[in-house]
Amino acid sequence: MIIFLNILFGVIAGVFSGLGMGGGTLLIPLLTIFLGYEQKLCQGINLISFLVMALISLIIHHKNGYLCMKNIFYIILPGVVFSAGGALLAGFLPSNVLRIGFGVFLCILSIFEFYKAVKK
Amino acid sequence: MKKKKIQEAKQRDENKGEKVHKLLLVLSGAVIGFLNGFFGGGGGMVCVPILEKVLGLDSKHSHATAIAVIFPLSLISAFIYVINGVIESLPLLTVGLGVVLGGILGSYALKFLPPKAIKIIFALIMFVGGIKLIL
Repeated sequence: MIIFLNILFGVIAGVFSGLGMGGGTLLIPLLTIFLGYEQKLCQGINLISFLVMALISLIIHHKNGYLCMKNIFYIILPGVVFSAGGALLAGFLPSNVLRIGFGVFLCILSIFEFYKAVKK
Repeated sequence: MKKKKIQEAKQRDENKGEKVHKLLLVLSGAVIGFLNGFFGGGGGMVCVPILEKVLGLDSKHSHATAIAVIFPLSLISAFIYVINGVIESLPLLTVGLGVVLGGILGSYALKFLPPKAIKIIFALIMFVGGIKLIL
């Protein structure tokens, strides 16, 4: 049963990920709230499964001509450095602190997404 | 007449590209990177509007390009999560399988961007999820 739910939640989050709607922000709360997995484990799972999924998505998007790589290295270079910093910091903090922090992050993101959706 | 207009529009786009605010991109990259590493996700959602506003990409291009931006960021933070020993193999493999299958479906569906109603519902679900995590 747990295996089935794992796959099901993965598929739901994956669809949103492929759509670029933030599948990870959906996957992490699904796993922690409904399946009781630890926040840090979910964050790690999200990162790794994103990598595999992203490789495939990128091939499809590239075929459709949706990738626009001009100037994005200005985002990627500092991004990689701070991404490592963020992951190291997360390693030091307990899961329940991360969980609350992630909840706040999710609420803020959802308000932005709501405005964006309503405005269009 | 029409052709001329299209050409003018192209020229405008190119000029916009030249004037890109590089410092803004670097700062955005730092914020996106930190969030993505610290929370193990969500960087893409911050990245999409930045690609739209700063680089002037349309919705489809920015959604797809955001994945290309987040990929190297996630690669390094995933590596650190693995070293920290927080990963368990069964949930990783099963959830991961689902994500990959769903991701393929979703990528094909990007040709038809989700309607407004779905985005609003998604935002509401995210908000409830966020509250639930805080409490």
